[in-house]
Amino acid sequence: MDSVTPRLGILASRVRYEEKNIMAALERRGAEFEYLDPRSLFVVGAAQREAPSFVFNREIGHFRAYYAASALEAAGATVLNTAAATHVTGDKWHTSAALLDAGLPTPATALAMTPDAALKALEEIGYPAVIKPLVGSWGRLVTRVSDRAMAAAVLEYVAALPSPQSHVVYVQELVPKADRDIRVVVVGGTALGAMHRRGTEWRTNVARGAVSEHCPLSPAHAELAVSAAAAVGADIAGVDLIEDEEGRVTVLEVNGQVEFRGFQEAEGSRVDVADAIASLLIARAAA
Amino acid sequence: MQKITYAAECPECASEVTIDAEVRVSEIIECTDCRSELEIVSTEPPELALAPDVEDDWGE
Repeated sequence: MDSVTPRLGILASRVRYEEKNIMAALERRGAEFEYLDPRSLFVVGAAQREAPSFVFNREIGHFRAYYAASALEAAGATVLNTAAATHVTGDKWHTSAALLDAGLPTPATALAMTPDAALKALEEIGYPAVIKPLVGSWGRLVTRVSDRAMAAAVLEYVAALPSPQSHVVYVQELVPKADRDIRVVVVGGTALGAMHRRGTEWRTNVARGAVSEHCPLSPAHAELAVSAAAAVGADIAGVDLIEDEEGRVTVLEVNGQVEFRGFQEAEGSRVDVADAIASLLIARAAA
Repeated sequence: MQKITYAAECPECASEVTIDAEVRVSEIIECTDCRSELEIVSTEPPELALAPDVEDDWGE
């Protein structure tokens, strides 16, 4: 390791609210770090003397985040979240499979290898249901289907998409819930807090205009969120929980590249997410 | 304390964009004139480029 090279690198092609605040928190704690832009990153398969030995991966694109993590790990770096966790959390099916494997509650989900098979799977799951892209976020292209005719029409469009991966279809029951879900932020195995995301449409993504509100974190929700983060191998995660009309709570998603602007605004001074992440990074980089 | 700012040209509409001294490379800002999303590609000297389009696999 080169003595003048910081051990800690921050990998991000877009410096958003989250990355900027994490960098500021690191600086407040006196930690040195190197900013790495994945758009100019390449890794030759051997150990890189100049590369940081510990990389915090905040790349926004799933495939670039996964392969960058994998390549940096191959070159000897420790990456957080790991390449394996990035692989799982960036793909809805891998996340569902990990949650099911860990015995955690999650909505009824099927992965169909063709759009035709997806139509059959929906008959078993029942309507209304949701068809989701395997990769991608902010609720984009997530489609609610209320009956067979609508599902058949949507799947006809899915079949016409050019990418072979698009023809593998993820379908899920639509859990009847209130106009809100619960987002728990987990850092280093600890649930920092929770917020409600309340929206006027059924997709309660902040990117779709949902409003963030503070939610008291119950021990049961904290435990479920920490277990969900552990199930996918993520040190840092945003865990989305939904509560059905009978009060049963299930894990909907685990985000490995958690955005926390809305969460921080809802939490106010109760918690400092950027500082908690900075603290974890410093401890792990020194390990 | 007075805030230090820099000015750079918007690559879309050529208007002058005021840049806060606290910005970081790769941060995204908005042109107040044409509302284009702009990326800070350099802080010394301040230089802007159009921000990349959202890609299919972007998300949290």
